[in-house]
Parts: sequence; C-alpha cells; structure tokens
Amino acid sequence: MSTPLQSNPPQPATRAFLSGIMAAWTSVFALVLAGSYVGIGALAHEFGFSVGWMVASTLLVWAAPAQVILVSTLGAGAALIEVALAITLSAVRLLPMVMALLPLLRTERTRQRELILPAHFTAISMWVESLRLLPQVPRENRIAWCNGIGAGFMGVACAASAAGYYLAGGLPLPLAAMLLFLTPMSFLVSVVRNSRLVVDRLAFGLGFVVGPLLTWGKVDLALMWTGLIGGSAAYAASRLYSARKRRPP
Amino acid sequence: MSTSLALHSYLGLVLVGFLPSEIWRWLGVLLGRSLDEDSEIVLWVRAVATALVAGVIARIVLFPPGGLAGVPLEIRLGAIGCGLAAFFLLRRSPFGGLIVGEAALVIGAIAAGR
Repeated sequence: MSTPLQSNPPQPATRAFLSGIMAAWTSVFALVLAGSYVGIGALAHEFGFSVGWMVASTLLVWAAPAQVILVSTLGAGAALIEVALAITLSAVRLLPMVMALLPLLRTERTRQRELILPAHFTAISMWVESLRLLPQVPRENRIAWCNGIGAGFMGVACAASAAGYYLAGGLPLPLAAMLLFLTPMSFLVSVVRNSRLVVDRLAFGLGFVVGPLLTWGKVDLALMWTGLIGGSAAYAASRLYSARKRRPP
Repeated sequence: MSTSLALHSYLGLVLVGFLPSEIWRWLGVLLGRSLDEDSEIVLWVRAVATALVAGVIARIVLFPPGGLAGVPLEIRLGAIGCGLAAFFLLRRSPFGGLIVGEAALVIGAIAAGR
C-alpha cells in the first residue's frame, strides 16, 4: 500500500472489473448496504410490491433514500407527480457526487458514453469507496474498476432486498416489525452520525416534525414542501447562526 | 384504477423512480466540471434532501405499514428514543444505536402482548 501508487501497471479490463467487485465485497459498506436493503425489501413487501419490482427498483434507482421514498409513497397511493418531485429533490445530491467522481475516471481518450455506467453506479457507498481507493488503480482501468465496485455493491443490495422481502412475509410479528423498523432506526442514527454540520442535523429535525404535520394537514405535495421548507429553514438558521458567531459579542 | 395499475407497473418505476433520480447523474456527466462539496448551493441541496428523507422516516414511524402497525405508537416512539440515547451513550456508535433501538421495539412489542 505504501508503494508509489501510479506505478501499478494497467491490467486487462476484466481483471480491473473483478478487482472492483472484490473491493465492494470486502468493504464495510457491503454490510451497511445489506442491512439497509433488508429493511427496504421488507417495506416493499408490506406495501404490496412484487419482489421483481423491488429488485428492479434497486437496479434502476440505486439510491436507498430515494427507494424508501418510492416504496412508502407509491405504496400508500400518493399522486405520481408528488412521488416524482420528492424523488428528484432527494436525488439532486447525486449531481455533485458524479461531478466529483468523473475527473478521476477520465483520460484523453474517454468517450462521454463510457461514463454513463459509472455515473449510474454512483451512490453514497460506491462514491466514498471509489474516492478512497481509485488513486491506487491505474487510470486506464478506473472505469472498469468503478463498474466492478458498483456492480458488487448492487449485487449485495439486490440479494439483501430479496431476502428482506421474503423474511417480512414469513416471520412472526415482533420479528417482522423489527425488519420494518430497520429503515427508520438506521437512517436516524446514520444521519445524526454523518452530519458534520449543524445544518444537516437541523434539517433532519425539522423534516421529522414538518413531514407528519403537513401529512396530517393533508397538504398537497406534502413531501416536496417538507424538503423545501425544512431544508431551507435549516439552511437559513445555520447561516444566521454562523454569521452571529463570527461577530464579536 | 389507473393508480393501482401504475402502482405495480414497471412503467411507473421508470417514470417516477428511475428518471427523476437518473437525470441528475446524466447532468453530472454532461456538466463534467467539479463542484465544491462545501459550496452554499450543495449545502442547501443536501439540507433539502435530508429534511425530505426525515419526513419520510417520520411518516414510517407514525403511519407504519403492515407488521409495524401492530406495534403501539408509544412503543415505536420509545424505541426511536432508546436507539438515539444508546447512540450517544455508546460513543456515537450507529451499530449500538440500531441494536438497542431494535431490541427496545421487540421487547416492547412482546410486552404489549401483540
């Protein structure tokens, strides 16, 4: 690991792809993904989706928060436009992630369409591990390697979501409830842990309160407003707070 | 019944799940330049996404689906509180928080006799 990283010779693309898969399966994120997708698979079962639909949503959407929104809103019979707006708002953050990843993948000969697949595989797990490990991968192999780590993580997630789906259908109540509780509990602790900044915690707290209030009030597009109101208020409050802190008392 | 048809259809998945999220990945490929992860716009976008997800999480706890609805509300909220408290007491361990929250839910559900 301490040898100069650029000296690794390029490998055939298949080898790079396979070593990407291995990087996924040996990453701690594989475990985290498995846990959260067991929970999402269980939710999909309770909301009446088929297991094929659940796995397809993992392949196509590939973002755990968006999938939780998709399953719980579509399953509760929300209007399609409300679901689409909520999904797109939750997924804007993929844009800066893709933009930060691609410069690591490009060579002078890279064509735009080769980047579509790594961009599709971009999700928090793949992104964090790629930014960490890519410097050790020869530049010519990076796209294949990224497709490998993305496919590796996605495979874990598909298997876990199918497992959660069938477990939710077969387990007695306290245990099935436990599976369904995985999503809210794990999202809560991971957001509290990952929020380096006050704004993130504030946004979570506000969303947690505003979301149910708007739902109770039967407001149209409740989720979209939860995001815009809770998020903007948190952002404004943290700006105000940091501006006041900079001023001498 | 068009809603319930769309509910299970793969077309619905593509239209309201895949396209609204994938568009941002495609834009990332098209724009191509790097954006500062700590820039103001990214902070705001992240805050909006976080609040939205928090709203969904709260709805799952308060208006839960299927099996979770069999567990009384006080126990669901109590388990969230226990998990969060354990997270802070166990030196901010997400795994510890998750385990304690889950254990509280199961013990509460059994004690409530459901």
